[in-house]
Amino acid sequence: QMLGNERKKEALQSELDKQYVGFATLPNQVHRKSVKKGFDFTLMVAGESGLGKSTLVNSLFLTDLYKDRKLLNAEERINQTVEITKHTVDIEEKGVKLKLTIVDTPGFGDAVNNNECWKPITDYIDQQFEQYFRDESGLNRKNILDNRVHCCLYFIPPFGHGLRPVDVEFMKALHEKVNIIPLIAKADCLTPNEIKKLKDRVRDEIERFGIKVYQFPECDSDEDEEFKQMDKELKECTPFAVIGSNTVVEARGQRVRGRLYPWGIVEVENQSHCDFVKLRNMLIRSHMHDLKDVTCDVHYENYRAHCIQEMTSKLAQDNRMDSPIPILPLPTPDAETERLIKMKDEELKRMQEMLEKMQQQMHEKDQ
Amino acid sequence: MAATDVDVFSNEEKRSLSLGGHVGFDSLPDQLVSKSVTQGFCFNILCVGETGIGKSTLMNTLFNTTFENEEASHYQNGVYLRPRTYDLQESNVHLKLTIVDTVGFGDQINKEESYKPIVDYIDTQFENYLQEELKIKRSLFNYHDTRIHICLYFIAPTGHSLKSLDLVTMKKLDSKVNIIPIIAKADTISKSELHKFKIKIMSELVSNGVQIYQFPTDDDAVAEINSSMNAHLPFAVVGSVEEVKVGNKTVRARQYPWGVVQVENESHCDFVKLREMLIRVNMEDLREQTHARHYELYRRCKLEEMGFKDTDPDSQPFSLQETYEAKRKEFLGDLQRKEEEMRQMFVNKVKETEAELKEKERELHDKFEQLKRMHQDEKRKVEEKRKDLEEEINAFNTRKVAAETLSLSQPLKKDKDRKKTTLNHSSASPVQCT
Repeated sequence: QMLGNERKKEALQSELDKQYVGFATLPNQVHRKSVKKGFDFTLMVAGESGLGKSTLVNSLFLTDLYKDRKLLNAEERINQTVEITKHTVDIEEKGVKLKLTIVDTPGFGDAVNNNECWKPITDYIDQQFEQYFRDESGLNRKNILDNRVHCCLYFIPPFGHGLRPVDVEFMKALHEKVNIIPLIAKADCLTPNEIKKLKDRVRDEIERFGIKVYQFPECDSDEDEEFKQMDKELKECTPFAVIGSNTVVEARGQRVRGRLYPWGIVEVENQSHCDFVKLRNMLIRSHMHDLKDVTCDVHYENYRAHCIQEMTSKLAQDNRMDSPIPILPLPTPDAETERLIKMKDEELKRMQEMLEKMQQQMHEKDQ
Repeated sequence: MAATDVDVFSNEEKRSLSLGGHVGFDSLPDQLVSKSVTQGFCFNILCVGETGIGKSTLMNTLFNTTFENEEASHYQNGVYLRPRTYDLQESNVHLKLTIVDTVGFGDQINKEESYKPIVDYIDTQFENYLQEELKIKRSLFNYHDTRIHICLYFIAPTGHSLKSLDLVTMKKLDSKVNIIPIIAKADTISKSELHKFKIKIMSELVSNGVQIYQFPTDDDAVAEINSSMNAHLPFAVVGSVEEVKVGNKTVRARQYPWGVVQVENESHCDFVKLREMLIRVNMEDLREQTHARHYELYRRCKLEEMGFKDTDPDSQPFSLQETYEAKRKEFLGDLQRKEEEMRQMFVNKVKETEAELKEKERELHDKFEQLKRMHQDEKRKVEEKRKDLEEEINAFNTRKVAAETLSLSQPLKKDKDRKKTTLNHSSASPVQCT
C-alpha cells in the first residue's frame, strides 16, 4: 500500500512536471544575476555643519567613511563656498556587493551670506544627469557609469521651531531633481513631546510651501494587514528624527551603538529613542531600489525631456537641421569645439555632394 | 578737571594715622548698602542667539518665573530687538530687570547685516545716558539706566566650533558690552565632546581677539571662585521650567526616554555655575564694568567725534567750558545763518506770490473792461433796433389813420368794414407789442 502511494506521488509529480513551464524561477534568476552584477547607490547628504551628517552615514552603513577629514574653523567659514565631495566604497554583505557613493556638501549654510548656496549642489545633480544623457545617447553603451544622485538626506536642525528660510529654499531648488528625505538631526535634544510638535510643524510647512519630498509608494492592496499597518506608521513618522553615533557603548548588558550621557544612554537602534531604525529599514532594506527607480523614471526623465526641448528649439534657431551629427548641449560650449564641428560639417557636405555627382555620372554612363 | 584735583594731593605727603578708639565710619558700607536697597537695583540683560535656541526658557529658569513670551517665527526679514522690563523682588531687594531679545537672529539667508541692529541698540542706550549726563538740569540718580550690563551669547551645540555668524557678531560686540558665551541646549553633547568643544571655542575666540567678560579676580573674597569659573567658560546650560520627580524630590528637569536631565545638577550641566556667576556674585561688577569701561569708551569716542579734546594744540588742558562756549557760538552762528536763509526764502516766495496775484488782478480787470465794452455795444445795437421798430410803428400808425379816414368816407361796402375790423385787429397787435 505504501509503495502504491509512493508510485502515485511519483506519477503526480511527473504529471506536474509536464505541466510545469518553469518561468516561476524568474525571480531566482533575477536574484542570481543581480548578485553577480552588484548594485550601486549614490546618496547625498546636505545640511549645515555640525548636525551629525557624517556620524549618521557611518551609523547607517556601519563603517567609518570620514576618518581623516579636516573641519574648518569659524573664521575660515565666514566666506566659505560650498564644495561637493564624493566618497565611494565597496561593501559586501552575504555575497551581495554594493558600490556606495556618498556625496557630501561641506560649507552649505555655513557662511555669513548664504545667498544661492544651493547652486553648486543643483549644478552637480544636473551634471550627473547630463553625463548620463550623453552616455545614453552615445554609440557604445556597454559600460555606462550611473553617477546620478538617487537620494538626498536633508538635515533639519532640532534647535529651532521648524523650517528656516534656507531649508525651504534648498528643498524647493532640489525637489524636482532628486528624491529628498528630510530628517530631524540630533534628535536627542528633544523630548518626545517636542519631537511630535516639531514633526507636525515641519510636515505642515512642507505642505504649505509646496515642497515635494520623496513619497513612499502605496503598498499593494493584497498585502497583509500587518504590513499595511507598518507602512502606515512609517509614513506618519516622517520626517524621521535621527541620532547617530560613532561609538559603541554598553547598555542593558549589550554592546550597542550609542551616546553616553551622565543621565543615561541613548541607543541609536532603540526605536523608542529615535527613528534611526525606521530610516535604515526604509532607505536600505526596503526602498533603496524604489529610490533608484523614481530617480530614473521621474527626475531623470524630466531632465531629459527638458533638455531635448531646449535642444530642438535651439536647433530651429541655429538652422542646422541637415547636420548629420546630433548636437548635444554642452555646459560651456567652447569656441574651439564649435569650430571643429563646423569644419567637419562642411567637409561632410562636400563629400556628400561629390558622392552625388559621382552617382549621377555613373548613372549617365549606364544609360 | 579730574587731572587738577589729583595734582593737589600728590604734592602733599599722605600720612596714615592710627585711631585711639572706635570712631564708627566702618558703617559706611552699610549706609551705602541701605541706600542702594531703598533705591532699588537695575539690571539689563541682552540675549543674542538663533530663534528657538532657548533664550526665553533660560531666562525663565534663571529667575524662576515665567516672563511672557510668544514663540518667534523663523521668517522675519531682519533682526530686531525686543526689550521687556519687569519688576522683581526678593527679600527686601527690588530689581528692575530688563531682558532684551534678538528676534530673527540667524534666520536670514544673508546674515551680513545681522549684527547692526544689536550694535545700534547698545549705542542708543549709551547715547541716551550721555544725553542725560550732559543736560544742565539732570537727575541721574533717578534715571532709568537702560544700558546693557551683560550680553549672553547663545552658541548652538554643534560640537565642532563657533559658527561664522557667531564670530562676526561677537567681534562687533566685544568692545561695547560684557559678553558671556554660553553653549545652549547642552544636553545634546556628551561629556567628552563638550570638553573638546569648549576648548575649540575658547581658542577660536582668543585667536580672533574677541574679548569676553572675565570674572574679576582682584577681590580676595571672590577671587578663588571667580578664577575657577573662568576656566569653565563657555558654560554649557540646559533650561527648563518643567518639574520632574526624581527620587523623592521634584526638580526642574527635562525628561527623556533614556533619562532625566536635571537643570540644577552640576554634573549634568553648568546652569548652577552661570546663576552663581551672573546673579549671585558678579552682578554688581557687571554694572560697574559697563559704566566704567564700555560707557566711558563710548563717551570718549562720541565727544571726540563732536570735536571735544582734552588738550588743545598748545598742550594746555582744555576747559570743557571753553570748548563748550566755542561749540555753542558755532552752533548759534549756524542757526542764525539758517534762519536768515529761511527768511530770505520766505520773503522771495512772498514777493513771487504777490507778483502773481497782481498779474492775475490785472488780467481780471482787463477782462472786465472787455466785457463791459461788449455789453455796451450790445446795448447800443439793441437801442438802434428799438428806434427802427418805433419808426416802423409810427409809420404804420400814420398809414392806419389815413386808411381809417379813407374808409369813413365810404361806409357802404361790408367787405371793407370787415377789412377795417381785420385791419383794426391786425393793427391792435403791433400796438400791444410795444
